[in-house]
Amino acid sequence: MSDNRTKSVFKEGAISSVFIGESIAKHQTKTSIGAHNIFLGQVRADVIDNKIIKAIEYTAHEEMANTKFHEIREAAFEKYELTCMHIYHSLGVVNAGEICLFVFVSSPRRKVVFKALEFIVEAIKEKVPVFGKEIFEDNSHQWKVNS
Amino acid sequence: MKIKIRYFGMLTEVTGCEEEIIDFPEVVISELLEMLFIKYPKLKDKKFQVAQNNELVPFKTKISSKEIVLLPPFSGG
Repeated sequence: MSDNRTKSVFKEGAISSVFIGESIAKHQTKTSIGAHNIFLGQVRADVIDNKIIKAIEYTAHEEMANTKFHEIREAAFEKYELTCMHIYHSLGVVNAGEICLFVFVSSPRRKVVFKALEFIVEAIKEKVPVFGKEIFEDNSHQWKVNS
Repeated sequence: MKIKIRYFGMLTEVTGCEEEIIDFPEVVISELLEMLFIKYPKLKDKKFQVAQNNELVPFKTKISSKEIVLLPPFSGG
């Protein structure tokens, strides 16, 4: 069963471990699945010029981002034998140590989910118009650059 | 023709706004950008891409939408 409908991806604030746990639990009824793989992006407290990043505030061109997330989903289902896929990205302020990106793929077999997860995460970083403002402890900021 | 121009991320700090309506007679994105560079000289130093109809387009593209979006480098995740 392929579950490839368009879904809302953005969540306000951090993605909680409770939400992640419940997402995993929901898959217990999908018994054709033999392997899950999960990517969790966490806000890092980088130190730049002796200043510590305390949070990232995310904004996005939401309409274009949702189009791109949908295209990435379609491409991943086309390329890999996936049973289901879920992507959640934060908007607004996410503190250091909290989760800002949650990608969850499931398949009957394990090898597929390793490849699919990397494909999806890299595509999100490259193609989705999301912007991170890194806020330091003194409330000054700089704009995040993906490496 | 009236075009809505939207700015995101660090570009909003250069323009001081998230969107504006500009009455613009020309038909190619690069011509619109030239006008914006006069209005916002610092914009010229910024890295950005342009999207219309939710797709990135080259600067030589004809404007075919009522909304043009300027996007700095993506930094999701």
